[in-house]
Amino acid sequence: MAEQMTGAEMVVQALRDQGVRHLFGYPGGAVLPIYDAIFQQDEVEHILVRHEQGATHMAEGYARSTGKVGVVLVTSGPGATNAVTGLTDALLDSIPMVVITGQVATPLIGSDAFQECDTVGITRNCTKHNYLVKDIRDLPRVLHEAFYIAGSGRPGPVVIDIPKDVQFALGDYYHLTNFDSHKSYKPQVDGDLDAIEAAVDLMLKAEKPVFYTGGGVINSGPEASENLRELAELTGFPVTSTLMGLGAFPASNPQWLGMLGMHGTYEANMAMHDCDLMINIGARFDDRITGRIDAFSPNSTKIHVDIDPSSINKNVVIDLPIIGDCGRVLEEMVRIWRSKSNQPRTEALAPWFEEIGKWRAVKSLAYKGSDEVIKPQYAIERLREAVKDRDVYITTEVGQHQMWAAQYFPFEQPNRWMTSGGLGTMGYGLPAAVGVQVAHPDALVIDIAGEASVQMTMQEFSTAIQYKLPIKVFILNNEYMGMVRQWQELLHGGRYSQSYSESLPDFVKLAEAFGGKGIRCEDPGKLDAAIKEMLDYDGPVLFDCRVTKEENCFPMIPSGKAHNEMILADSADIGNVIDDRGKTLV
Amino acid sequence: MNAQLRASGSVYFVPPEAGAPERHTLTVLVDNEPGILARIAGLFSARGFNIDSLTVSETEHEKGLSRITIVTVASPKTLMQIKMQLERLVPVHKVHDLTAEGSSLERELALVKVAGTGENRVETLRIADAFRAQVVDASTESFVFEITGKSSKIEQFIALMVPLGLVEVVRTGLAAISRGAEGM
Ligand SMILES: Cc1cc2nc3c(=O)[nH]c(=O)nc-3n(C[C@H](O)[C@H](O)[C@H](O)COP(=O)(O)OP(=O)(O)OC[C@H]3O[C@@H](n4cnc5c(N)ncnc54)[C@H](O)[C@@H]3O)c2cc1C
Ligand SMILES: Cc1ncc(C[n+]2csc(CCOP(=O)(O)OP(=O)(O)O)c2C)c(N)n1
Ligand SMILES: [Mg+2]
Repeated sequence: MAEQMTGAEMVVQALRDQGVRHLFGYPGGAVLPIYDAIFQQDEVEHILVRHEQGATHMAEGYARSTGKVGVVLVTSGPGATNAVTGLTDALLDSIPMVVITGQVATPLIGSDAFQECDTVGITRNCTKHNYLVKDIRDLPRVLHEAFYIAGSGRPGPVVIDIPKDVQFALGDYYHLTNFDSHKSYKPQVDGDLDAIEAAVDLMLKAEKPVFYTGGGVINSGPEASENLRELAELTGFPVTSTLMGLGAFPASNPQWLGMLGMHGTYEANMAMHDCDLMINIGARFDDRITGRIDAFSPNSTKIHVDIDPSSINKNVVIDLPIIGDCGRVLEEMVRIWRSKSNQPRTEALAPWFEEIGKWRAVKSLAYKGSDEVIKPQYAIERLREAVKDRDVYITTEVGQHQMWAAQYFPFEQPNRWMTSGGLGTMGYGLPAAVGVQVAHPDALVIDIAGEASVQMTMQEFSTAIQYKLPIKVFILNNEYMGMVRQWQELLHGGRYSQSYSESLPDFVKLAEAFGGKGIRCEDPGKLDAAIKEMLDYDGPVLFDCRVTKEENCFPMIPSGKAHNEMILADSADIGNVIDDRGKTLV
Repeated sequence: MNAQLRASGSVYFVPPEAGAPERHTLTVLVDNEPGILARIAGLFSARGFNIDSLTVSETEHEKGLSRITIVTVASPKTLMQIKMQLERLVPVHKVHDLTAEGSSLERELALVKVAGTGENRVETLRIADAFRAQVVDASTESFVFEITGKSSKIEQFIALMVPLGLVEVVRTGLAAISRGAEGM
């Protein structure tokens, strides 16, 4: 039944109808009618951020930790342009998000009006889809369609640009629910049964199989992780995952190989290189994974399950593609495997696990400890030890600390790990932690940060204070843009051009200035007590953990190299490892 | 333990192109909504695909559908990506690779302005007649011809007009359709 209301009221009503409880935003002239509608209700809670980029990362953290669509509201012009980084981040990492932007009134569009920008033009290539709604009659459909498109298929960000006159206009509101018949957008969720059966037949014959899982398993929802666990148990195959898929398979399981790729474990990368059957479940053969494409897993048959047909054969040639939702496809694989076999192929796989055992014995994550300085790896291990019995959500910034977090913090559950993988956005972690904490007020939420990254969106600490969100920002402070410094050491003769974090703020005083707690620790002997102090404090904390300044992140597959050409921590003379052509790749 | 570190001549982001580039004609059925052309052109530029020719027009007015014909030159692997990436766009209904799907009809229209006097004028008309180009405007020292046909025929005609006083050309770009009873 249609109901008359203004465009601004429609926005809020549609949010309610979509079950949205929180949105992240920042007001301005072109969205004042919507802010007025928000003021007059209390079902949807608005979280006021300090910068629109922060709002987008909060929505991403919210979305990734709940599986729901994250929602952002910003004004026209600078509000919209400030959201572009988060939109691009969400596009690359397949995060469902709806960003509503205000626009100048329709008669003014194109006149360089105050705070006008071509929002749909600017965001066309960094969204899954975007809309400029010029007619109030289109608004209800667009609002609901946007949520459907953001959350279905391969998830992604959607922008709705609403001119101010449309927000004031009166129109008929209706709640659209049936999108199965959308005229042109039809994601394929069920995999082809013959292909799935063919995949199971290959799996029944494989001698050196490996599951290569990715962010798609998280996107698909917790059942997909359940199905993956079941299939892994039935088959007995080893499992590795990309950075984006961590948590889908429990790190404590003996079949777990650790993360693969540029900073993945030796066993995971060697298994990928030497396998005879690779089963990719919701991963996209990113270049951080494949290394040199022409040397990538040369002897394997490759199965790829992905909901987006464009991911298949994009970088790597696939023998058996299966287009569909990986949760559903995994469920079918389990069913078909059961119908054909009732035991894992433990015996047939024994030689393979023996080989894997040798690679494991290399202990590629071993590092040299120290009594004098805190090693960053050690700091993460101690942090994990202190929180291992709690339900903990980890976000990160971008850099070495992000990789160390991925390597040394084991995850048992999906949706507990939020990181910017595809775009690699420094400044993602702190606001993402705020978003996660909004969604899970009672959980422990920690941003494992670098001192450089965290300064990019530090102002959102103030948001955490305002909403009493007790996020813990655990800064591995090496006084360097460590990841940049590491590449300069490897590629540019140790000339550390502009990668020293000069004039750092006193993070303890900074936390206090915001109204939170600051803790500093530089002594490995006092680390456990300091971490305990952080965890015991009921409020936001900035933890300045002073770590080794020039530690490198290993293992590492250098640019232009194959999986079996990894460098490990104790390699000598890393300065010459990367050849000239590799240097151009990064 | 550490795998041998040998210098390799190969780089990992730039695998050798799979196969030689081919010219293909794609036809795309889309919702005729504002910005659709920018969306498609933006996709091609963002992903580094080539566009040789692109034509758009509304074809089914009541349904608000348009047909876009794109001529591109790409390796077979890239062609597959182009098709997949186009299909990913929300307002795109269908993408057909007419070149890959067998025989299709392709036509283009051009308006060709030629200026000249004396012998050249006679020769110009003689060639135009052979190409079945129509005179749509004439003055004492110029003609405008309308010519339709395959792009190759149009190119041939234009080449012949150059020494005879070609002034300028406008072309519509390609319209293409499959043969037989089947629609898109
Ligand atoms: C400094 C730095 C270093 C990095 N180093 C590494 C590294 O060493 N190792 C590593 O793994 N990554 C690393 N990354 C991350 C890397 O850049 C990529 O983001 C990541 O590898 C991509 O993960 P993914 O393949 O799982 O794809 P995602 O980006 O998560 O994409 C998911 C895929 O699954 C598909 N999909 C989505 N939903 C579904 C569904 N429901 N069903 C089926 N399929 C679905 C999508 O179409 C897509 O193809 C690094 C990033 C940074 C910033
Ligand atoms: C917005 C942005 N700018 C630049 C980069 C390039 N970059 C990648 S890692 C890094 C350094 C990060 O330093 P820090 O946060 O201290 O982390 P560390 O590597 O020291 O752990 C930089 C500059 C980036 N990823 N994002
Ligand atoms: Mg640092």
